[in-house]
Amino acid sequence: MMGLRLFGSRAAPAPVPASAPIARERLQILLAHERGLRGQPDLLDLLRSEILAVVSRHVAFDPEKLNIRMERGHDVSMLEIDIEVPNVAERLSAAVA
Amino acid sequence: MAKVLVVTSGKGGVGKTTTTAALGAALAQMGEKVVVVDFDVGLRNLDLVLGAERRVVFDFINVVQGIANLSQALIRDKRLENLWLLPASQTRDKDALTEEGVGKIITELRNKFDWIICDSPAGIERGAMLSMRYADEAVIVTNPEVSSVRDSDRIIGMLDSKTVKAEKGEPVQKHLLITRFDTARAARGEMLSIEDVLDILATPLLGIIPESQDVLRASNVGAPVTLNDATCAPSRAYIDAARRLMGETVPMIVPAAKKGLMDRLLGRRAA
Repeated sequence: MMGLRLFGSRAAPAPVPASAPIARERLQILLAHERGLRGQPDLLDLLRSEILAVVSRHVAFDPEKLNIRMERGHDVSMLEIDIEVPNVAERLSAAVA
Repeated sequence: MAKVLVVTSGKGGVGKTTTTAALGAALAQMGEKVVVVDFDVGLRNLDLVLGAERRVVFDFINVVQGIANLSQALIRDKRLENLWLLPASQTRDKDALTEEGVGKIITELRNKFDWIICDSPAGIERGAMLSMRYADEAVIVTNPEVSSVRDSDRIIGMLDSKTVKAEKGEPVQKHLLITRFDTARAARGEMLSIEDVLDILATPLLGIIPESQDVLRASNVGAPVTLNDATCAPSRAYIDAARRLMGETVPMIVPAAKKGLMDRLLGRRAA
C-alpha cells in the first residue's frame, strides 16, 4: 500500500492558505495599541514605579518575591503588584521581648 | 526653495540607501541640483552605492568639527554634474554628530542645493533622529512585510513629533515608498498587498518599486539604479516617484507579475 501511494499518481497538493490576511490583522491590532501609547507618559509604568518607591521606603522587600503584571486593554488596563512584605510587627515585638 | 527630504524606515535592509541614490540621480537628471547626505556614521554605504568610495577625503563630521569646509567634503558625481554626495564618517564615534552641527550644515546646504536628501541609518537612535530633524518632507521606505510596516508606523509617529517642523506645528510631508514588491506573491496572498499597507499606514503612496535583480546589479557596479539602466522596471518606478516629488501627477503603475514589465494601472494617485 505504502509503495503504491509513493509511486502512484498523487492528488494536487492542498493550496497553502494565504498568510497576508493574518499579517494584516495582526498589524492592525498591534498598531492600534502602539499608537495609543505613543506620546503620552505611560500611566501604568508611572504607577508601578511610584508604588514600588513608596513601599520600599517603608519596608525592605525581596525583589525576587515581587510579582508585577501589566495588561493593557483598549478601554481598561490592569496593574497587579504582588509584594511579599515581611511581617514587621512580629519581628519588632520579638526584638523587644 | 531648497527642500530637505529624509529617506527613512526604522527597519534596516529595506532599501533606504538604494532609494536615496536612485531618487537623487533621477532628480539630478531632471535638472535639479541635488546633494545626498549619508547619516549612517560608522556604517556609511551611500558612497559605495554611488561608486564614489575611493574619492572620499573629508566627511560630514570633519565639516561639523571645522577640520574641513563643506566644499572640500562634497563629492561631485562623475556622471551627473548636478549630483553631489556628502559622505558620513566611517571611524569616529556617533556622538560627534550634534543637533547644532547638523543644523548648521543643513542651513549651508539649503543655500547651495534644490534638494538635500538625507539617508537615514536604520533604527531610532541619534543618527536616525538627526537625519529627520530638519526635514521638510519624508520618504518612508517600506517592504510589504509585518516588521517593516510596524517600524514604518513608529517612524511616522516620530516624523509627526520629533522634527523641527512638527514642533512648530507644521507637518512634515510624508510619502510612502513600497519597495521589494512582488506582485505575484501579493496576488497569491503570500505578501501584504499595496492596499493593505496603505490602509494600515494611512500615508500617501509615492511609488511601488518591484523586487528586481536590476537593483543588485546597479549597486554591484556602483551606480544608482536609475542611471545604470533607466529602462528597467525599478528605474522606471523610481523616475516616476521623483516626478511626483517634483509635483507632477503621474499615474501609479503596479509592477506586473511577469518579467518585471509594468502594465497594469492602479489608478491611485500620489498626494
